[in-house]
Amino acid sequence: MTSALLSAQNILVKRSGRTLIHDVSLDLQAGQITTLIGPNGAGKSTLVRTLLGLQDANAGSIIKQTGLRIGYMPQKLNLEPTLPLTVQRFLDLGLGQHQLAPKLLTKLSKACRIEHLLTQPMQYLSGGETQRVLLLRALLNSPHLLILDEPVQGVDISGQVAMYELIVDIRDQLGCGILMISHDLHMVAAATDQVICLNQHVCCSGHPQQVSQDPAIIELFGVQGASALAVYNHQHNHHHDSHGTIIPGKHSEACHHD
Amino acid sequence: MIDILLWPWLGGMLIAATTGPLGAFVVWRRMAYFGDTLAHAALLGVALGWMLHINLTLAVVLFCLLLAILLSALMYQRIIATDTLLGILSHSSLAVGLVIISLFNNQPVDLMAMLFGDLLAIGSEDMLWISLSCAIVLAILAYYWQPLLNHTICPELAHVEGVNTNFMRTLLFVLIAMVIAIAMKIVGILLITSLLIIPAASARRLATTPEQMAMWAALLGCFAATGGMALSWIYDTPAGPSVVVIASAVFFILYLAPAKGRR
Repeated sequence: MTSALLSAQNILVKRSGRTLIHDVSLDLQAGQITTLIGPNGAGKSTLVRTLLGLQDANAGSIIKQTGLRIGYMPQKLNLEPTLPLTVQRFLDLGLGQHQLAPKLLTKLSKACRIEHLLTQPMQYLSGGETQRVLLLRALLNSPHLLILDEPVQGVDISGQVAMYELIVDIRDQLGCGILMISHDLHMVAAATDQVICLNQHVCCSGHPQQVSQDPAIIELFGVQGASALAVYNHQHNHHHDSHGTIIPGKHSEACHHD
Repeated sequence: MIDILLWPWLGGMLIAATTGPLGAFVVWRRMAYFGDTLAHAALLGVALGWMLHINLTLAVVLFCLLLAILLSALMYQRIIATDTLLGILSHSSLAVGLVIISLFNNQPVDLMAMLFGDLLAIGSEDMLWISLSCAIVLAILAYYWQPLLNHTICPELAHVEGVNTNFMRTLLFVLIAMVIAIAMKIVGILLITSLLIIPAASARRLATTPEQMAMWAALLGCFAATGGMALSWIYDTPAGPSVVVIASAVFFILYLAPAKGRR
């Protein structure tokens, strides 16, 4: 399709003679959430880094829409304790020419729940708080495409549900395309339009339900794991309701007070 | 007394005001060993300058710049671990420099002045070099402050946000090389990294923003330069080491004193 924000064709990446990924093709569309899953060492991060231009591909092509703005949320931030940096300052450093409309920004910072952290040094944040700050920074320049490298790493289960809901919300508000890496089949299914299962090459891809029946993914994740993709969709409302009474607002806020 | 001390004092202040903010980056990026390597290589620069009969300051600046660019490329390749690479270059260049200088023993190279600095020997011509280089370094640092900071915090993020990361890394290396070549006069090649590291590390105690840390590092560096010179004048101690002694004393006092506010 020509309308793709980013289109990659037959990407091959080698490092010191070893093939990390090969024959990877994908299209990322506006308003769509694409989730990259796969075992450790499958080359998920390599693929994302290549798409971002952090690493060169040995073969293949990456075509980006002209003027495409990408928001990137790295897996983690290794910040030296010697660098005095408040959350506010860290966010300010990400401001560019295409700032979000103030209203939208306020709304999204509220959704990211970081107002109470703004004067804190970055180094004092918990894993989940850091992830939310990184996510907000990725949004600051109103990106067309958001690339999230394991957005829920180091976040507890209730936080993970909230994080995926936030990501869906962001997609709806900004209308941007989203590519994210995830390990967790259970969590991603509900929040995903397209799943790409990567194991050095694209094993299978498509809608979560469709992919869950693919022999390739059953081989990788087992019947139980694969069915999680399909099952979660059916159970989502129910699951969410039963947890919903415990999780939202109060509980997670209480957690961040310690 | 004033005219003897004026140039050294001004020179020391200027250099300290430059090494302070630049040193903040060295501390933030854990480049202390990199600074040492360039400093040691400066001696080889001096030796080559003697051999080729070119201006020694120029020789050191050129050699340090060359090495900085070479290191920037080599470290990017990751052929061997960075600290191993730095260790090899650091000590081999120091050794080669010492050997070459010993071969030229008919010429009066003041090895002690090279190794430990000769602050009091700064004259008006040196001052021209020093002020020019410091002004250039500070101007570049101020101009690229935001992208340099962004690159220091997270190179990947900076790249995606449009910062030319290769340029920033090399730029910082080049700035450090320039400052080292100039500051050699003051504290000598063995103590030079201390002017980058110690005021910046002390400043961490007083700062809550990166800019504050840079300012405090400059101020504390100037204080150390002044105090060191006073110490040297009154007790006839070597000037370079005296500056470092004062800087270290400030560091220990700031770290032992109870911190205000959090932590």
